[in-house]
Amino acid sequence: MFQEFVQLVAYGIVLGSILSLGAIGLSLLFGILRFAHFAHGDVMTVGAYMALAFVAGLGLPLWAAFGLAIVGGAGLAIVIDQLVYRRLRRTAPVILLIASVGVALILRSLVQFIWGPDTQVFSQELEMPLRIAGIRLKPSQLNIVVGTIVLVVLLHLFLQRTRMGKAMRAMADNPDLARVVGIDTERVVVATWIIGAAFAVSAGIFLGVDTRLQPTMGWHVLLPIFAATILGGIGKPYGAIVGGMVVGIASELSTAAFPSVYKPAVAFALMVAMLIVRPTGLFGTPR
Amino acid sequence: MSLLEIRGLHGGYGGADILKGIDLRVEDGEIVVIVGPNGAGKSTAMKSVFGLAQVRSGEIRFDGAGITRLRPDRLARLGIGYVPQESNVFPSLTVRENLDMGAFIRRDDISPQIERVFEIFPPLREKRSQRAGALSGGQRQMVAMGRALMLEPRLLLLDEPTAGLSPAFTDLIFEKIVEINRAGVSVLMVEQNARQALGIAHRGYVLALGSNRFEDSGANLLANREVAEMFLGG
Repeated sequence: MFQEFVQLVAYGIVLGSILSLGAIGLSLLFGILRFAHFAHGDVMTVGAYMALAFVAGLGLPLWAAFGLAIVGGAGLAIVIDQLVYRRLRRTAPVILLIASVGVALILRSLVQFIWGPDTQVFSQELEMPLRIAGIRLKPSQLNIVVGTIVLVVLLHLFLQRTRMGKAMRAMADNPDLARVVGIDTERVVVATWIIGAAFAVSAGIFLGVDTRLQPTMGWHVLLPIFAATILGGIGKPYGAIVGGMVVGIASELSTAAFPSVYKPAVAFALMVAMLIVRPTGLFGTPR
Repeated sequence: MSLLEIRGLHGGYGGADILKGIDLRVEDGEIVVIVGPNGAGKSTAMKSVFGLAQVRSGEIRFDGAGITRLRPDRLARLGIGYVPQESNVFPSLTVRENLDMGAFIRRDDISPQIERVFEIFPPLREKRSQRAGALSGGQRQMVAMGRALMLEPRLLLLDEPTAGLSPAFTDLIFEKIVEINRAGVSVLMVEQNARQALGIAHRGYVLALGSNRFEDSGANLLANREVAEMFLGG
C-alpha cells in the first residue's frame, strides 16, 4: 500500500515536471501581457513535433533536437506575437484570449497537416526501468525530472540576476511604472515569448518522450496546466512550479481510486476549489 | 531660458480637456509647487509633461528643446525624473532592485549613484534587500524618489509625494526635497499639504478648473488672503 503510494508520487513528480514547465510559461506570459495564452498547449505540440522531425528526419540525437526545437519554437512564438498579438496589445484582454484560441487551432491543424493524425513516438526501443529505493522509473522519466530541475534553476538565475530578468519582474509588477523608468517594454515582451516558448517546447518534448506524440497532445494537457497556473497564482512563475507538482501528484494519486481517464477531472476539481477558496492562488497577493 | 516651460497647454485623457490653457515654468535650481482644489488639473499637468496624458495643443520645452508628446523613456534620458503618486515602486522587487530599474537605461557603473541615494535616504541602505512592497508608505516614497534620482535628473517631477504619509514622514520627505534641490536638482511638485509645500517653494502656482489662478513666490502666496481663503482652507 505504502509502496504503491510512493510509486504514484514518483509518477506524479514526472507528470508535475511537465505541467510545471507549461505553467511557468503561461504564468510569465500572463504577468507581462495580461492575457491567458490558450495556444500554449499547441506550442508544446509544435515543439515536440519539431524535435521529432530532427530526430526521425535528420537522425540527430534527442538532446541536439531538443536545442534546435527550442530555437524553432521561440522563433515561431515571436513571429506569431508580431503578426497577431502585437496588433491587439491595446485592446481588451478577452480579444487577445480569443485570438490565441484561433492561433491554437491553426497550430494544431498545421501539425496534423504536416505530420498526419496518427500517434508517433520518439523511440521504439524498450526501456528497462531503474529501481531506486523500491521506486520503478524509466531512465527517460528520470531525465525529465532532472531536465526540469535544470531549467527551473536557469529560470531562477535569469529572473534574479540578469537585467532583463529583473525588468521582466518589474513589468509584471507594474507595466506603467516600467515604461516611466525607461524600460523598453517591447523587448521585455520578446524575451518573455522566448522563455515561455522554450519552456513550452521542453514540456512538449518531455510529454512526447513520456507518452506519445499526437496533434492534440498539447491541447489535452492545457487544462491541467491552467489548473497548475491558477493554483500557484496566475502571473507567479514560482507558484506555477508548485502548482504543477500539486496537480501532477494529485492526478497520479487519483488513479489508485479512479480509472486514469479521470486524471484531468482531478486537475479541474483542484482548479475550481482554488478559485472558490482563494482565487489569487497559493502565491498570489490578495487585493 | 527656463529649464521647463509650458505654454498654453490643453489636454487630458482623451475626453473633454482637463487642462484649459496652462502656463508654467521652472527655472534652473528652483522648487516650484502646484496647489489647487481637487480636479484642478494639477496631476494632469504633471503627467502631460511626462507624456502620460494627452496634449491637444500647447507647447512644452525642456532646456530650450521642444519635448511635447515625447515618450517617457526619451524624457528620462533627457534628464527628467518622474515620481507618480500611486504605485510608484515595484512591490515584488527589493529596494536595491528598484534602484537598479531606475538606472535601466544606464550602461555605466551605477554603484556611486546608489551610494548617493543611500546617503540621501539612509533607511534604504539597511532595507536594500527587502521587498519594496513590505515597506511602510514613507519608506516606499523614499524608494520611489531614490529610483527617480538614479538617472541623475536635472528636473524632478513629484506628484503628491506626501499623500497618505504620517506627519513625521511628511516633514522628512519635505526636508529631503530641499536637500535634493540644494544638490542641484530642480523640482516641480504637486502637493495637497499646500502650506507646508509653499513654505519650501521658491515659487508656486494655484490652478483651478484647468487654468492658472495665481502665480507668485511661495511666501507671497502663503501671505495672499484670497489664496488662503479659497485654496488653503482659511
